[in-house]
Amino acid sequence: MSASASSSPQAAPSAGVSLLEVRGVAKRFGARDVLKSISLDIAAGEFLTLLGESGSGKTTLLRLIAGFEQPTAGEIRMGGERLDTLPPYKRRVNTVFQHYALFPHLNVRDNVAYGLRVKGTPKNEIGGRVEEALRMVKMSEYADAQPSKLSGGQQQRVALARALVNRPQLLLLDEPLSALDANLRKQMQSELKALQREVGITFLFVTHDQEEAMALSDRIALLRDGALEQVASPREIYACPATAYTAQFIGQTNLLRGEVRGGVATCGALRWPISGSDGVALFSLRPEAISLAADEAAPPDAVRFRGVIRQQIYGGSSELLEVDCGNNQLLRVRIPACGPLLGEHEFVFSAADAIRVRE
Amino acid sequence: MYSRVYKAIVSAPPLLWVGLFLLLPYALMFAHSFWTVRDGVLVHQWNLRNYQTLLSNPVYVGVLFRTMRIAASVTLFSLLLGYPLAYYLSFHAGPRKELLYQLVIVPLWVSYLVRGYAWKTILGSDGVLNGFLQYLHITHEPVGYLLYSPFSVVLMLTHIYTPFVFLPIYAALEHIPRPLVEASQDLGAKPRSTFFRVILPLSMPGLLAGATFAFVLSLGDFLAPLLVGGPSGTMIANIVQSLFGAAYDWPLGASISVCILIITVSLLFLTERLEKRWSFK
Amino acid sequence: MSAGNPTRRAPFLTVYAVIVFAFVYLPIVVLVAYSFNRDGVGGFPPRHLTFDWYRQLFADAPIWNAVLNSLIVAAGSVALALTLGLLAALALDRADFPGKALFRRLVLLPLILPGIITGLSLLMFAVFAGMQLSLLTVFLGHGTALISVATTELFAGLQKMDRKQEEASLDLGATPWQTFWRVTLPNLRLSLIAAGLLIFTLSMDEIAVTFFLIGRDNTLPLEIWGRLRRGITPEINAVSTLIFAVSVGLITIWYRLHTRAERAAA
Repeated sequence: MSASASSSPQAAPSAGVSLLEVRGVAKRFGARDVLKSISLDIAAGEFLTLLGESGSGKTTLLRLIAGFEQPTAGEIRMGGERLDTLPPYKRRVNTVFQHYALFPHLNVRDNVAYGLRVKGTPKNEIGGRVEEALRMVKMSEYADAQPSKLSGGQQQRVALARALVNRPQLLLLDEPLSALDANLRKQMQSELKALQREVGITFLFVTHDQEEAMALSDRIALLRDGALEQVASPREIYACPATAYTAQFIGQTNLLRGEVRGGVATCGALRWPISGSDGVALFSLRPEAISLAADEAAPPDAVRFRGVIRQQIYGGSSELLEVDCGNNQLLRVRIPACGPLLGEHEFVFSAADAIRVRE
Repeated sequence: MYSRVYKAIVSAPPLLWVGLFLLLPYALMFAHSFWTVRDGVLVHQWNLRNYQTLLSNPVYVGVLFRTMRIAASVTLFSLLLGYPLAYYLSFHAGPRKELLYQLVIVPLWVSYLVRGYAWKTILGSDGVLNGFLQYLHITHEPVGYLLYSPFSVVLMLTHIYTPFVFLPIYAALEHIPRPLVEASQDLGAKPRSTFFRVILPLSMPGLLAGATFAFVLSLGDFLAPLLVGGPSGTMIANIVQSLFGAAYDWPLGASISVCILIITVSLLFLTERLEKRWSFK
Repeated sequence: MSAGNPTRRAPFLTVYAVIVFAFVYLPIVVLVAYSFNRDGVGGFPPRHLTFDWYRQLFADAPIWNAVLNSLIVAAGSVALALTLGLLAALALDRADFPGKALFRRLVLLPLILPGIITGLSLLMFAVFAGMQLSLLTVFLGHGTALISVATTELFAGLQKMDRKQEEASLDLGATPWQTFWRVTLPNLRLSLIAAGLLIFTLSMDEIAVTFFLIGRDNTLPLEIWGRLRRGITPEINAVSTLIFAVSVGLITIWYRLHTRAERAAA
């Protein structure tokens, strides 16, 4: 059921050479299969996000790559060489931890210098690189502060600098923004994206927040119960979800259950022509793909239906309607803000927007 | 939320009790150290003679230094045994951790006397160890120097304080967030580096607490020397004890006690400062 | 997500830990083993298994007299130390008064101070107050010194307690007195039992303070102490073995309660 990532076309990076190759990696804790044969390629310079609910295995995969856990099966390669057999301190991979894990007994400068010091970098080089890293995350003036005196956002920046100063080939970020409040989070998202472009380091980012994943990533790898559900660019994964789970997890959608027979799809009151194999079928139709029929010129493959507005939720720039199109078939419709609506209306959507998905 | 009456009711009895049965006795000890004994009678005459005697009599100074040496050895050996044990339990014991922890704390509360006595039976010239050595034909006559020496005092006290030292160190190690250890590895530090740069500094408060405990309690111990020490293992508290007993010079004994008290309290003060410096939120 | 870093094998450290454990347990094992040795303490290996020493022990009236004395002192010390320790913990937790910091240090001092200091200062106090040395002075010494243990344990219990429970009780119309009996004390139940067991064990074993405060009636440790000066017999091993067994029993119960109290609060 889950897309075996290596065989599906989206699983290979769209451009460039693979930096990291994950081949059939599985992880078992006791009787629990946390990861079930994951295969995934990450291109050099890419920003890839591991997205999934808690318990989906995304953090475990990250820890396998960082070296804090050993895979039960499979192998991980970086730049063509085995990575999973190396201890964490020999991997050219650095991690930004979920709660930053800044050393409380070292000030900001010494935290950032830590990686360089333990690897025996020449003293005269350390100072400059630390300064540069702190400047990059705009924390130069806090170099002498103790981590406990910093705000969450500032600690976040120090953690980033501490990892980046080592010039890793791959940076792992474990829900780094989850502890920040909403506004700061948005700001850090854009800074993070800009930073990644600036340093050109490959980012592997873990989050459970789909909006964050969409905003940041070149590609998203959606994990579900320890298996990859779909790997694709944000636009692709939103526009063409492969499964019902993906469609629901990423953005809002209407899942239409019905059947296809003789080139016609039937889902309750809705019917439209379709090419594809006959049988029971599941479609994802985004709420914003539906509009009021009066509003605009109908597309050539327009599907029209009438429905009664049961509920209207005002959302600032848009309205979310709950429309009953008969037989208790409820559809969510998102339209531009237009003031209160009542009663029955005619709606329209393009048949191409109803994406046939797997269960 | 708590009324003045409530606060008074809970505060007054312990305050009075502690004032009467702790503060006053300590004060009395302090006062005694400035009094004198003349012709076997205590004279309440304030003077510094006791302290002058202490400083001028090389026996007292010598024993005090020996006591500090013994206490320092006990502290060092307890740390050398207790720290690796705590480290092993915290980082390498895996699922056996809880059981092993309980195994360490059981002897912690087992009678001091019982444990001291056990060493006496092990180390004596007709004791278990000598019997064992002769049984294996390693030696043919009893080895005499095992018991009644500073060595046996250090051994017995180390045995007693190792679990005490273990406890705060273990607690400190357990409180180190594991992501910090991972972060250190992640940044390229080998296990040795990680230990000296992250784990050791962060366990410093526990180490200091354990070391202080072992040192202070060894410093004032008089039972181990009586049990296994012999004349060459005599410690400062034995002198105090004999001054309060047969020698009957309470004021002099009190002045030595005050010295022990001052050393103890200043050590506690010092380590408290140090612990604060080494503790991070 | 999972617990900590991968536990890499550390053979050297493991061996070292085993050695430390052996060192810690060696005397106890020897002690127990020789309590069953017919030929007395010492020599190797112990040869003839016997229960004679236990038989002799059970017929030894002075020992049992001393056990009774110890039990009386320990029971009294538990009552005294728990009562005052509870009040002291409440005072430290919720009241402010001048000298609070000093008070805290003073209460806890006997915990870290060598026993000889506490013992001697109480001896001087007893003489000063014209008291005869007896089990009463021993009880005063134990009770007072062990307030430190009760305070530490109960203060920790209070710190973990949710104060909103007491606020809720007051809000529902209970008087502070009722709140104390119906909410505060039940909440501290586990801490109280744990502290009581600990104080009991420590008092039963105490020797340094007792040494200076004892009158004509011996406690068990001092009875043993007195016999040690006359020479050692496996009878002392036998009584020590029994003390060890009882201590382990009490400590096991204490540990269970302690962890349960910690978990309940977490």
